[in-house]
Amino acid sequence: MAQILDMPQLSDTVKIGVLQKWRKNEGDTVAPGEILAEVETDKAVMDFEAFDQGVLLKRLIGDGTSVPVGTPIAIIGKAGDDIRELVEEARARAAGGAAKPAAAAPAPAAKPEAQKPAPLPAAKPVPTAPVNGQPVRPTAPPPPRAAAAPSAPTAATAGKVLASPLARRLATDLGVDLRTVQGSGPGGRIVERDVKAAAEGGAQAAPQPDSVDWRAAEEAPGTMPATATAPRASAAAPLPAHLVPERRTEARPAPTLPSGDVIKPLSMMRRTIAARLLEAKTTVPHFYLTADVDMDAAMEFREQVAQVHGARLSVNDLVLKACALAMRRIPEANASFSEEAIIQHARVDIGMAVAIEDGLITPVIRDADKKTIGQIAGEAHEMAGRARDRKLRPEEYTGATFSVSNLGMMGIRDFAAIINPPEGAILAVGSVRKEPVVKDNKIGIGHRMSITLSCDHRVIDGALGAKVLQAIVGILEKPISLAF
Amino acid sequence: METSAPEREPTEPRDASRTADKAQLALYYHQMLAIRRMEEALAKAYALRKFGGFLHLYIGQEAVAVGALAALKPEDYVIATYREHAHAYAKGMSAKSIIAELFGKATGCSKGLGGSMHLFDAEKNFLGGYGIVGGHIPLAAGTAFASKYRGDGRVTLCFFGDGSVPQGAFHEGVALAALWRLPVVFICENNLYSMGTPLYRSLSVSDVSQKALAYGIARDRFDGEDVVRVRDRVAEAVRRARNESLPTLIEIRTYRFRGHSMSDAGLYRTKEEVEESKKRDPITYGRELLVRAKVDEKEIVAIEERVTAEIEEAVKFADESPELAYEKLAEFTYKD
Amino acid sequence: MRTVAFREALNEAMAEEMEKDDRIFLMGEEVGHYDGAYKVSKGLLKRFGERRVIDTPIAEGGFVGVGIGAAMVGLRPIIELMTWNFSFVAADQLINNAAKIRQMSGGQFTLPVVFRGPGGSAHMLAAQHSQSTEALWAHIPGLKVVMPANPKDAKGLLKSAIRDDNPIIFIEGEVLYADQGEIPDGEYTIPLGVAEVKRPGKDLTIIGWSKMVKIALATADALAADGIEAEVVDPRTIRPLDEELLVESVKKTGRCLILEEGWPFNGVGAEIAYRIGRRCFDDLDAPVERITGADMPMPYNHHLEQQCIPDVPRAVAAAKKLLYLE
Repeated sequence: MAQILDMPQLSDTVKIGVLQKWRKNEGDTVAPGEILAEVETDKAVMDFEAFDQGVLLKRLIGDGTSVPVGTPIAIIGKAGDDIRELVEEARARAAGGAAKPAAAAPAPAAKPEAQKPAPLPAAKPVPTAPVNGQPVRPTAPPPPRAAAAPSAPTAATAGKVLASPLARRLATDLGVDLRTVQGSGPGGRIVERDVKAAAEGGAQAAPQPDSVDWRAAEEAPGTMPATATAPRASAAAPLPAHLVPERRTEARPAPTLPSGDVIKPLSMMRRTIAARLLEAKTTVPHFYLTADVDMDAAMEFREQVAQVHGARLSVNDLVLKACALAMRRIPEANASFSEEAIIQHARVDIGMAVAIEDGLITPVIRDADKKTIGQIAGEAHEMAGRARDRKLRPEEYTGATFSVSNLGMMGIRDFAAIINPPEGAILAVGSVRKEPVVKDNKIGIGHRMSITLSCDHRVIDGALGAKVLQAIVGILEKPISLAF
Repeated sequence: METSAPEREPTEPRDASRTADKAQLALYYHQMLAIRRMEEALAKAYALRKFGGFLHLYIGQEAVAVGALAALKPEDYVIATYREHAHAYAKGMSAKSIIAELFGKATGCSKGLGGSMHLFDAEKNFLGGYGIVGGHIPLAAGTAFASKYRGDGRVTLCFFGDGSVPQGAFHEGVALAALWRLPVVFICENNLYSMGTPLYRSLSVSDVSQKALAYGIARDRFDGEDVVRVRDRVAEAVRRARNESLPTLIEIRTYRFRGHSMSDAGLYRTKEEVEESKKRDPITYGRELLVRAKVDEKEIVAIEERVTAEIEEAVKFADESPELAYEKLAEFTYKD
Repeated sequence: MRTVAFREALNEAMAEEMEKDDRIFLMGEEVGHYDGAYKVSKGLLKRFGERRVIDTPIAEGGFVGVGIGAAMVGLRPIIELMTWNFSFVAADQLINNAAKIRQMSGGQFTLPVVFRGPGGSAHMLAAQHSQSTEALWAHIPGLKVVMPANPKDAKGLLKSAIRDDNPIIFIEGEVLYADQGEIPDGEYTIPLGVAEVKRPGKDLTIIGWSKMVKIALATADALAADGIEAEVVDPRTIRPLDEELLVESVKKTGRCLILEEGWPFNGVGAEIAYRIGRRCFDDLDAPVERITGADMPMPYNHHLEQQCIPDVPRAVAAAKKLLYLE
């Protein structure tokens, strides 16, 4: 018996999925476990695996289409099955905005054996009578005025966020940006539970908002960093409906104007970066502390490690570990800001910025203070790779307590990064420079590296920030500390 | 049990013996004339746009209200229609309180909240002016019920026009009064027209008093231009109510000289008919009664001058009175 | 406390008040010798006699008017309408006289009269005998409208209504008369214009009155099985409405469902929804929902009739919709 397949819920927070690429064609046989398609969720591309044996009878949407989770996307069955009715039904459901998870269910709702009583005339707001004790919703969206009944998530007018009044108030109270919250209500309306989920966050036990970080590059060659770091977005509740482009930009040719200018529609990532950056820059009271690190000992350390262990440590690996240790030593700085309190985190999770195509992401190294430098290096390398392939899972790029952004490999001397709220600080790392320095009252040659700590003054004030920077500098200048 | 008063002729000869003394005649004349002048002053004020809405004038019918109320005691109840200025005045309400009410002033009997159709005075037992034709008749049965319930000996007089008789409320009110033997006198002031419709086009039986037969109650029927006749005939019914707790239906034939209301062009009756009826003007007749009773002309003129002054003063009072403030309105909707 | 039937509670209220105040009398069709069409006035004729318990012919316009007239001059009538479907026969008396005499007279007259009787649907009584008329009466300024849901409220509210100096429309749910409930011993009244939380909760507010209170409570029980705690609020008096308590509840829960047996257009629920929408605008997670009787004259057939009245499954579905749980 043929059945409809809906856009699956591939992460617990995704609300809209983009079918990047079908991996099976109409008529292909599908075995359980085989990949039907690649589906992009919030920030990662996941494989949509088939549950059942069958033939892919119809693909209901094309490559690059984005639809809400629960929308019909395919029909699977036995070769020769008559699927006309299912196709109709799928269209009706898609038009009716049925966003409920189908859970591989066969033909949904209204086909009871008993004759369903006719809907009460002129009583559209009154639900139709229950059938077999189960309430049956009216099949047609009620009001005749098109403007009043957004039953399918529509791209609302630019800038207008649909949210219940309670959700709005709660968002203000909890410091959640509605523009980054995905609404689960009708028409993509953001409701109370969406805001609460956004505020409480994903995998972390600690009450901090989940985030998606897109950061400037690591030092691996060939990466394309953005100028400055982007603040966190909310991954637990990805973009609201109206921000979701109907198709990915790659699938649609960018139009060219007569002047030669090219219009590049914003992707999900770019929109989120834009929103979060703006919010961080305008609401967080930043101040900046800069120090120059004497990197002679550190560079020497790296050499020794390469020789003795054959392992290649990047400068950034050292910085990550140094920051982790500093956070352990100065726990007041390993903190986040919330309306009523400063939350001092028990774990030290360091986010590192990775440039990826079209934006940034910040994979997080958990318990970085407890990992060896070798472990950190390995993780950093591995995650950076997956980040570039957009294969990170949401829990891997959310919930950092401190972040590091490095533009050193691009020849940048120093820069100031934008904090990713609600973190208390972020460290911006410049290039290692070989330059004339003063040593024992004489001019010599030394390695210097400029690091700038951006602090949220509500969480970390000047003295504390200085203390943190001092600690980082101290550890880097005495790299033996990195062994602990 | 069927009780009814002996049948009477519709009209009596004008020179039947009078049972009123000079003082009474003077009082009745004063009252009727005051009502006449008051109605005329109100018509003038209305034309001058000092107030608006509906205005139903009683001009030509004065002997009915004055005569009927002359048969009552102060504690008796009176309830009437929207053509009730005369009944209000005859019940003892001042021209000031009536005219101020029509001018919508706070000094009016209903504080300006009722207007021409809703004159009330709890102290004087004048229980209203009502705008729904016939709708007040069951209320009269109710006040009579209360009197009987308490055994306080009060009588209710209920006035309505020939236009009320077709209404269901007329039937229900009279039926209940009959069934429960209530102390109420139902007085139909038959001025022969319901607005623009003559009687024969609204009632299949033009003798309204015959309706009493259906309920087994006493009835009476006579012409109402003679204030003393009215008083004496109504007094019989009042006695029946007070002493025997039995209702009566009385039809008093009368005539209004003006239209149904100010907006009535009166095209449904001829000028001749109107002029003819003015020959039976109760005011004229009342004055004649004074003359026949040998009241001095000077005294009669004095009454007339007093009336003129009274009404002029009342109009002035109404003109100068303030209006109720909007903020005070809500106090009157419910009793706390 | 002791347990009595709803009709007995009403009987007790009338008897107690009539005992204390000679101005009170009961008038209506079959209230005396028949002991009441619904036995609400059982025993009152025997106890108080024909002067105070008066049988009327079938003339609603007449005896409703009698009640109003008697009230104008100082008595305190209880006028029973055999059912509120028949009130329309007396509509002119109620709307043009009872509601207005006080204001038209500039406050000179007080009308301490209670019009009471059964309302709402029963069982297969068809269109003319199944109406919920409270929306119509509550629309009229000058009248008060009271609707008890259980014996305790019935007795307490009727006593207050009898003691109130305004004309009161007192509607008793016809199918509630046999309901048993606990009432306090001794003398007690329940004030008019005060709502009651029948069941506390935090996730949504269900507002219902008269027969709908039982539906609301059953709905709350069904929702509780799914971990949803609904708060049930009974206005008890429709006019004047205890807006404060309703608003307080919805501000707490953020969601409001109204259950109403009457017709939807201009129903009491529409008024409540407006007030909640206005006062709780920033507290609402979803628009106010309501379930009403079907927008048509009541059909005779039993199954159709049942589907024309709000029931628990539909209320549960509406509640879940409010919570965005499909």
